[in-house]
Amino acid sequence: MVIDCKHVWDHISGYLDGELSAEERAIVQKHLEHCEICSAILDSTRNILILTADERVFELPLDYSARLHARLDEEIRRLRA
Amino acid sequence: MTAGGNPAGGGKPEEARRIASILAGNVEEFHELIRPYERSVYVMALALLKVEADAEEVAQEALLKAFRNLKSFRAEARFGTWLISIALNEARSRLRRGTGVKLESLDEPEEAPGHISPALLRDWREIPSEALERLEVRAALQQAIAALPPIYKEVFLLREAQEMDIRETAEALGISAAAVKVRLHRARLMLQATLAPQLRRLNPGRRRFPWS
Ligand SMILES: [Zn+2]
Repeated sequence: MVIDCKHVWDHISGYLDGELSAEERAIVQKHLEHCEICSAILDSTRNILILTADERVFELPLDYSARLHARLDEEIRRLRA
Repeated sequence: MTAGGNPAGGGKPEEARRIASILAGNVEEFHELIRPYERSVYVMALALLKVEADAEEVAQEALLKAFRNLKSFRAEARFGTWLISIALNEARSRLRRGTGVKLESLDEPEEAPGHISPALLRDWREIPSEALERLEVRAALQQAIAALPPIYKEVFLLREAQEMDIRETAEALGISAAAVKVRLHRARLMLQATLAPQLRRLNPGRRRFPWS
């Protein structure tokens, strides 16, 4: 079965998560073998997901945790008072 | 989820023990209970509020609220998703109280019809994680994520930055697993469309190992 690029785009997320049926997966894989555009879309999407999962993207404010636990201590003290 | 993980539903056994202990009066154990989630709660609040100071305040409020309402936590849920849903509710109600932020962006229509077109490239040069040491690379990622419509941003961050699975994401947001998958797919393609061309410009092709 020959499919077009747009059909592959609809399955990129499912493909990355391993959620396609064996049949769908085979069809997508076959397309990727000869389509450099879809291959580049898949590679770039996967790359972007790895980068966004990195903790360096969203840094916590300095001393965030210390301030949080200090407030919790206050709350605990209030509870016991 | 890996083998040896939790059975369907329910939280981690150590967590359940700790929660029982806190409810029995050892309240200072709450410090340890929330440590693994401090970061997620902040990141999710920041995703909605965009201002660091507001996000920190909301994160604190949400975690204190969780402390005060711990007895209403239902053991069949996961503690982490419960915290996230409290934080998202806090963030949303702050937006509603409105410091000039309009709310329609929060209640936008469900999935807009039509396909999302990815950016078309002929090839992709892998960008290594070390590239995140560069401020402009981090900024490009932060801005692209921030620009996603909220319903996509929430799903995307829970799934990718917090590494929740589809079911946990659905639980935290109170939506179906099917909706999570659709939104996730759209969010990923939207980000690819925005970021792939930007990142490629930032990733000079001449040198083989620009960050080594
Ligand atoms: Zn193609």
